[in-house]
Amino acid sequence: MSTESMAPVSNTDTLDDLDEFRRRAKEFLRAEVGPARASLTAGLRKLGTDEDDLREVAHDRALQRTFFDAGFAGITVPVEFGGQGLTRAHQLVLNEELEGYDYPVRLQVPTMTPCMAVLLEFGTEQQKLTHIPAILRGEELWMQFLSEPSGGSDVAGALMSAVRDGDEWVLNGSKVWTTGAWWSDWGLCLARTNWDVPKHRGLSVFIFPIDAAGIEIQRIEMLNGNMDFCQEYLDDVRVPDSDRVGGVDDGWTVGTRWMFHERMSSNSPFVTRPQELERSSLDGAALRRIARDGGISGTDAAQELVGEGEMLTLVGSALGRRVGQGMRTGTLSDQSAAIARLYGGLSLVRRNTIALELAGSAGAAWSDDDGELALRGEDFLMRQASCIGGGTTEMASNVIAERVLGMPRERALDRDVAFRDVPRGPAPEEN
Amino acid sequence: MLLEPIEDQAFLRDTTAKFLADAAPPQVLRTLRDDEAGFDEAYWRQGVELGWTSLLVSEEAGGGSVSGDGLVDLSLIAHEFGAAAAPGPLAPNAVVAGALARSGGHDEVVAGVLSGGTLVSWAIDEDAHNVAAMPRLFRFRIEGTELVLDGTKRLVESANRSDYLLVTGVTPGGITQVLVATDAAGIEIRPMHTVDLTRRFSVVTFNNVRVPLDAVVGSIDTAAEAVKLQRRQAIVIANAESVGAMQRAFDLTLEWTFDRYSFGRSLASYQAIKHRMASMKMWLEASHAIADDAAAAVAADSPRAEKLVRAAAAYIGEYGSELMQECVRFHGGIGVTYEHDLHLYLRRHTLNRALHGTPAQHRRRVAVELDLESAVS
Repeated sequence: MSTESMAPVSNTDTLDDLDEFRRRAKEFLRAEVGPARASLTAGLRKLGTDEDDLREVAHDRALQRTFFDAGFAGITVPVEFGGQGLTRAHQLVLNEELEGYDYPVRLQVPTMTPCMAVLLEFGTEQQKLTHIPAILRGEELWMQFLSEPSGGSDVAGALMSAVRDGDEWVLNGSKVWTTGAWWSDWGLCLARTNWDVPKHRGLSVFIFPIDAAGIEIQRIEMLNGNMDFCQEYLDDVRVPDSDRVGGVDDGWTVGTRWMFHERMSSNSPFVTRPQELERSSLDGAALRRIARDGGISGTDAAQELVGEGEMLTLVGSALGRRVGQGMRTGTLSDQSAAIARLYGGLSLVRRNTIALELAGSAGAAWSDDDGELALRGEDFLMRQASCIGGGTTEMASNVIAERVLGMPRERALDRDVAFRDVPRGPAPEEN
Repeated sequence: MLLEPIEDQAFLRDTTAKFLADAAPPQVLRTLRDDEAGFDEAYWRQGVELGWTSLLVSEEAGGGSVSGDGLVDLSLIAHEFGAAAAPGPLAPNAVVAGALARSGGHDEVVAGVLSGGTLVSWAIDEDAHNVAAMPRLFRFRIEGTELVLDGTKRLVESANRSDYLLVTGVTPGGITQVLVATDAAGIEIRPMHTVDLTRRFSVVTFNNVRVPLDAVVGSIDTAAEAVKLQRRQAIVIANAESVGAMQRAFDLTLEWTFDRYSFGRSLASYQAIKHRMASMKMWLEASHAIADDAAAAVAADSPRAEKLVRAAAAYIGEYGSELMQECVRFHGGIGVTYEHDLHLYLRRHTLNRALHGTPAQHRRRVAVELDLESAVS
């Protein structure tokens, strides 16, 4: 299934219509939306206090409401769920016009996709009517309760347990790497409902409010001081069966689409963000400013590094478009998203290294008036994040090799084994 | 290469691919190693009938493209050239024909190139490290109604087989291009050595070579923009060729990993091999993508054309070499033999990597373009 087929078809998708939409979008942005905030491109940096973070979240919610009231929220979401019922092309027009403007960044990923995308695809009519309009109005921020402390890339090996109790399910276990769970509203959660079948066949998906009784949130400090990530402990959390998404024990069907929507986030028809946003993160222009503030602009060595950074950025953007186009039109398999993921991870690693190199000794210690040289050393410490988050580059390499190139699958020792019997640690030493 | 060529483009591409597979298979390429010309005259004429030299020439001048975008069409042909490591001076003939047709005044030569009966090339580079778009040392003197050429040009492709050379030089007020017959008095052509089996390059020395002023292409002092465009077009063609060579080498190697067994299992089953193949696939798709972006930008004369075409050359040059060398590596001993086909594509890619500047030089030019953008904004 391509992403194209998820966008509702509109009969009014003519060029005139798109032109008119563009005109309206320009007018709306000019009249009601401010310029891009500096924090939009901060990535995983530590920016300010918790109060600062909460103010930013409140700002995003209000901004989402502004987009909603003006008819620019949920562009490709059906009208019955509060969306605009327009096409992917309209979303792209909005994203193009958004360049340089502020936008509700925290409402996009993971709220619009993968969470809302999964609800749209697998949710009941009631679930969709309850949550999707609220999401589009900025009232519900969603997070993925997907990764587990012992899980890593083996997402289907979830240990979070859900046991049926009448019309309810009782959840126990722990989820981790949930961005901003402490300021979010709802979670989409993968849990194990059957331990007596192989791992992929015993999972189910649930939704619940993050402030439900029995959920304890612990924030995790990253090595650069950022505290966006959280770990959640669920202790007898009760979820009504009406908040199950998809069939009992059929959670992997939901899960595979869930992860597809996650991988597709930069190409998703549900995401509103400036088309060229990727460029602003350590592209050639940003690296050039570092060289400038370091007083080495114009040297061959600096020019070569700046040029390399810009080259990697331009290639990444070309590759993203190629893969996106290929997947939309079926000339490339959906699994090709892993190619762009692998590239994105490695490219950002290299551009961070270039930034450190250009910063010179400011990479070791900097002062507040060092301009663009500041924080390069700290960013470098977090360099590997781009190869870890959202599935590691090693997993992407496996997907490319096995699903795109058709090379043999790695042997899995948990295949056809009841999950209960799968080893989850070193075997105890025998006496 | 384009993910979705239109029907006419696909037809053009497939016709060239089929022709090259029949007329220039690897066993034929090997025999051309010791051939002074590097390609056969009948082969060239037949190929030219498929449109190889006409795509950058307007319809009024006897050419025409299939999509309305001749350079993009030509990049499809160039891709097949690379995939076949095909012989023949494609870039110089296509680009010079386009340049002559745009400036007007050399109708017979253009008609000859379009029929394959006349061969042309260009003389722009001057030393091993001159990768500036413009010549710096080679000066033209104007004496009465004549232009006098004195100096040396390098890397003149197929000079030994060309009837005319488009020579670029410095005049007092700018850059000038002139069309010179290779049999003019005072021209000396010395063959160079090269890594490719079928491409031929020469050092051409001009000793007091005199041509009438009406041999000037365009007008005196005003050729800088034309030269820039020619260079960009040539890089687009080289990039497309390189990506074609990468694609063929990758396909051969992927197949090999399935066929070759070690320790009771195929190479393709080892994760060490799989992850490196995944990286190669990433380099390959990224190269396709940036080559297409650059071709479209040059064809549209976009303000970003120079930056994109240099970024493409830098990326394809560097990561394409990694890919080609990995392909050789995965083949083990057989990969470094003359008998195996892989080196044909490695040669073509390596030639193109160095021809219009090294990856590092292209990266610096990308940075220069950023400086210009920043000065404008």
